[in-house]
Amino acid sequence: MLSIKNLKAEINGKEILKGINLEVKAGEVHAIMGPNGSGKSTLSAVLAGREDYDVTGGSITFNGKDLLELAAEDRAREGIFLAFQYPVEIPGVSNINFLRTAVNEIRKYKGLPDMEAKEFLALIKEKQKVVELDAKLTGRSVNEGFSGGEKKRNEIFQMAVLEPKLAILDETDSGLDIDALRIVANGVNKLKNKDNATIVITHYQRLLDYIVPDFVHILYNGKIVKSGGKELALEMEEKGYDEIKKQYDTAAV
Amino acid sequence: MITDKLTATHNFLEELAKQAGKADFMPANEIGLALQYLEEKGIPNNRHEDYKYCNIEAILRKEFKTITGKEIALAATDLKKNYFIKDAYNVYVVNGKLIAEISEVPANIALLAIDKTPADILKKHLAQYAQTNSDVLIAVNVAYADRGVFLHVTKAVEKPVVVHHVNSSEGNLFFNVRNLIVIEKNAEVELTEFYHSSNQKYFTNNLTEIFVGEGAHVNHTVIQNAGVASYLVNTTKTHQHKQSTYTNSCFTFSGALVRNNLNTAIAAEFAEAHLFGLFVTKGNQLVDNHTLVDHLKPNCQSNELYKGIVGGKSTAVFNGQIFVEKDAQKTNAYQSSKNILISDDATVNAKPELEIYANDVKCSHGTSTGKVDENALFYLKARGIGEESARKLLLRAFAHEVIDQLKNETIKEKVGELFEQALQD
Repeated sequence: MLSIKNLKAEINGKEILKGINLEVKAGEVHAIMGPNGSGKSTLSAVLAGREDYDVTGGSITFNGKDLLELAAEDRAREGIFLAFQYPVEIPGVSNINFLRTAVNEIRKYKGLPDMEAKEFLALIKEKQKVVELDAKLTGRSVNEGFSGGEKKRNEIFQMAVLEPKLAILDETDSGLDIDALRIVANGVNKLKNKDNATIVITHYQRLLDYIVPDFVHILYNGKIVKSGGKELALEMEEKGYDEIKKQYDTAAV
Repeated sequence: MITDKLTATHNFLEELAKQAGKADFMPANEIGLALQYLEEKGIPNNRHEDYKYCNIEAILRKEFKTITGKEIALAATDLKKNYFIKDAYNVYVVNGKLIAEISEVPANIALLAIDKTPADILKKHLAQYAQTNSDVLIAVNVAYADRGVFLHVTKAVEKPVVVHHVNSSEGNLFFNVRNLIVIEKNAEVELTEFYHSSNQKYFTNNLTEIFVGEGAHVNHTVIQNAGVASYLVNTTKTHQHKQSTYTNSCFTFSGALVRNNLNTAIAAEFAEAHLFGLFVTKGNQLVDNHTLVDHLKPNCQSNELYKGIVGGKSTAVFNGQIFVEKDAQKTNAYQSSKNILISDDATVNAKPELEIYANDVKCSHGTSTGKVDENALFYLKARGIGEESARKLLLRAFAHEVIDQLKNETIKEKVGELFEQALQD
């Protein structure tokens, strides 16, 4: 589904990603872990099409398409979904209007007519349950005045409505208490199926107790330095990132 | 050079004197005062602080060398067909002149041409709130206004009154329009002034004095959608009595020049003023909003919110003054102006001015000018919403606060439509 080859990216002339290789197939859950500043969020931003970053080398192929050729909105329409680490507040745009616009723009891209109002409302109602989102929140402005937990739940709610092929969860666990974490993780698990894939980007192993990965990759200094099964996450939790840092900092010298 | 300009000014005023129709509603002493003031000041250019970004002299010199066009009568049926709004009393004003035959008014309203205003009312209110020698455009109006409307409201009016300002002319013209609105004690009215589009080139120097009596409530909405070659200086001077409310919502979507001078004097206790503005500019438009809230007495409130979406090579100006006089203790006065630039060639000049002479007041002001929030834009795009739709969604969200506070659904819908149109262009 997703194939990243030797991806290099920089911001303001500073190289952040220094040759990433990653293969993700349908039905898989990949976790990307790493210390702060290793390039985790840059990777998610580059995948989603944020223009602040310059891709200086490598390729990303998504379901046979050259992702780097596509604008952010077209990547979303092709089925990529980024759950933001810091969801943006948009005063004056209601959640429901925002989602209706998104659903219909994606449908238009696929050559489908706008969704009927009735059908859309039924969809909203159904998907709210996935993350136990308060119905009142859907009528309010996007993320405005939402608590940290509500914002993250709103991300997963949007994901439920848009049904992406590839979901990238960028530090979705940050700022969540254990109950909110469980609800968000449950939501993600409910949405998982054999045709879609998930990339979970996280600093801590905690989230991976709830969203169990098939593969774990350790990102450090712009490269994936170690890959393994879910036990790798536990190992990191136990030993911390210091050993990795020591090993690769020395190697770099 | 300076002499040239002065000569141009004199020539213009002489021409204006020739063109002005006969009218005898303005007292001779005011006209004398006006002419004397004009003699001293001349037409303002960009060296006048109040007209720094709005060079009236240059506009007249370049665009209105001659003002000898002619007015063209419009058929009543066409007016109704083109402009009628449902669930409202429709009033038609063509080139500043009231078309009484087809204008509807309820029994508790008097609506007359300004020169038919009863003498006692003229004496009590005319030229009382707009001081003749305080501004050149006011003086021009006093000296040469030959048309306008008098509106007298004595009770609550159940439906909104919509005044349609329509232009019908050929060749360059300069209109001086004088209006008087008197809202008596405890009366209530929702008044909308709608400037409709025209292709002609004309300059309107419009001056409206509004008296808001004790306990009266006025909801005044102004929709400025005149044509791309229309020039408008719109001066509104409101005088508020005890426990009165005056709400002004001003929407500017079209016009080569729109200069609004909106002043409200809160002259008695427990009164409120709410000023809202929204403008969407493009091309070479110049939209200049000068507002002044003058708090003269204690325990009053004012609240002001102006928003602008400024595009093309247009220029927008916001100058918001709040005066809190010595006697006006316990005043609450708030002002906010926010602008979004949607083009690199557009300009915004925003200046809040607070002068506070009382010591027990709550006042605040804020102004911001920026671009569309890039983070919000990316967030929308990351959900599959295209660049154009995403921008519009954000601009709509920005403007909604000003549109949504309108109470009348029909008017709100109309303003919403015009806003959408302005966004599309």
